[in-house]
Amino acid sequence: MTMTASPLNITVDNISVTYSNAKLALYNASCTVMPGAITALVGPNGCGKSTLFTSIMGFLQPSQGKIRVGGLPVQKAQKQQLMAYVPQSDEVDWNFPVSVFDVVMMGRYGYMNFFRTPSQKDRRIVMESLERVAMADFRNHQIGELSGGQKKRAFLARALAQAGKVILLDEPFTGVDVKTEKKIIDLLLQIRDEGHTILVSTHDLASISTFCDRTILLNKTVLATGTTEEVFTEDNLTLTFGGLPASSLRQMTSNRTHSAEVEA
Amino acid sequence: MIDLLDLVTMPWNWLVEPLQYGFLRQAIWVSAFVGLVCAVLSCYVTLKGWSLMGDAVSHAVVPGVVVSYALGIPFAIGAFAFGFGATVAIGYIKSKTRLKEDAVIGVVFTGFFAFGLVLVTKIPSNIDLFHILFGNVLGISQQDIIQTVIAGTITLAVILLRRKDLLLFCFDPNHAKAIGLNTQLMYYTLLSVLALTIVTALQTAGIILVVAMLVTPGAIAYLLTDRFDRMLMISVAASVTSCVLGTYFSYHFDISTGGSIVVLLTLFFVAAMIFAPKYGIFAQQFQQRANKKQLNEVASTH
Repeated sequence: MTMTASPLNITVDNISVTYSNAKLALYNASCTVMPGAITALVGPNGCGKSTLFTSIMGFLQPSQGKIRVGGLPVQKAQKQQLMAYVPQSDEVDWNFPVSVFDVVMMGRYGYMNFFRTPSQKDRRIVMESLERVAMADFRNHQIGELSGGQKKRAFLARALAQAGKVILLDEPFTGVDVKTEKKIIDLLLQIRDEGHTILVSTHDLASISTFCDRTILLNKTVLATGTTEEVFTEDNLTLTFGGLPASSLRQMTSNRTHSAEVEA
Repeated sequence: MIDLLDLVTMPWNWLVEPLQYGFLRQAIWVSAFVGLVCAVLSCYVTLKGWSLMGDAVSHAVVPGVVVSYALGIPFAIGAFAFGFGATVAIGYIKSKTRLKEDAVIGVVFTGFFAFGLVLVTKIPSNIDLFHILFGNVLGISQQDIIQTVIAGTITLAVILLRRKDLLLFCFDPNHAKAIGLNTQLMYYTLLSVLALTIVTALQTAGIILVVAMLVTPGAIAYLLTDRFDRMLMISVAASVTSCVLGTYFSYHFDISTGGSIVVLLTLFFVAAMIFAPKYGIFAQQFQQRANKKQLNEVASTH
């Protein structure tokens, strides 16, 4: 794998999104997702977080503004297999008759011919990806038979198999216990160190300071962006979360940082 | 001795005797072929949740059949055009209004169907509405067989060649987009093979029952397995068996062919629903009881 090339950034330039019911989901949002770092995309429910996220993934066409991934338009970047996506758990039909191996192999489809016949190399990469997330033993399981954490790891393996330079994770910690969360975080840190750019959409404020280098605070527009330390100020959090008492938020996050330090 | 011999010869005669009639041999292989095509597609229809879409397309082909006869072109062309046209109309209306998909589908397919009824009563032709509605494989003409085989073969070829992309599209269209695949193309590919399958099954099952052939085999297989390859095989087996046996029953008992095929399919479905090893009603109840017992044991040891 060619991991030597430098990591890619994502630039969001003045994005506005209006839905068909004339509701403004996002206006004049601009930010840069720094290359080779883990960035958290944070905001309360209905803040336009998933709108921005799906715009970056190209699932949604913004009514204004542009998004570039490593300088390329999103669709071009996708065609070059630069962007991998780990979906939210409730977006997946877990009863679908596919095995873990099948799912991870889907990460390789972009490299295959018209008929999607996997090559020896594709198989090897799929097995390597499964081993990295410690899911090789589960490769023949139907995806619904997995636990919450295993499900996450299976889809992370698909992103690894795709070898995308940019990995986007949508709410990766919902329905996952603390131990598994830590495993996934360790894995994300490793992947980052290999030169990937990672964007995590989350509402789990507590875990952010344990692994996210940078944070983007969002509420209808980008309110703050920078290193997590810089961004997590009382004023910023109050501004973003409005109704919530900022002191309780800070308590939550500082507790979390503390316990992580003790573990480490 | 005689009884034993009878036991062998009677079913044998039951199976072989009808084969002396050319029209029946023909009906049997045509319906087996239709069963095969429908079974393969039904796996995708079941997984994508497109049963209602299948129902819509099947009703929407009626005006197409009438127009084809009026213009003197093969019925398959008109039927396909209107069936596919209905799906495009559904997609368009859904994107332009605030209506939910099921309402749009309901409006469009009944509209097309009603238009077909109006045409059939006004345009002079020798179309038997009853045959369009309920199928008539025992009286199928050579021309219709050719059209059925062509439509079915194209369908099978497209699904076979694109099966992985179509499965990915059913499972995770977002991932398909994320890796730069053309999901719009996949969507229309699946819709066109759906319309083509309905054209294939038109003469056998009729438009009222074709949706059963498009849903039930996949539904049976889905209850019986967790693997797509096996799902395909089970679906094909259930569907072809029902089609062949259904045609026999239709001959022996002088009953509607489409009707007896779908009744058989439904019986298979009920059997699968009750006795399926993992997802059947019995298995689930057994599992629940086992879980409860285990819980009680754990509770009593503490």
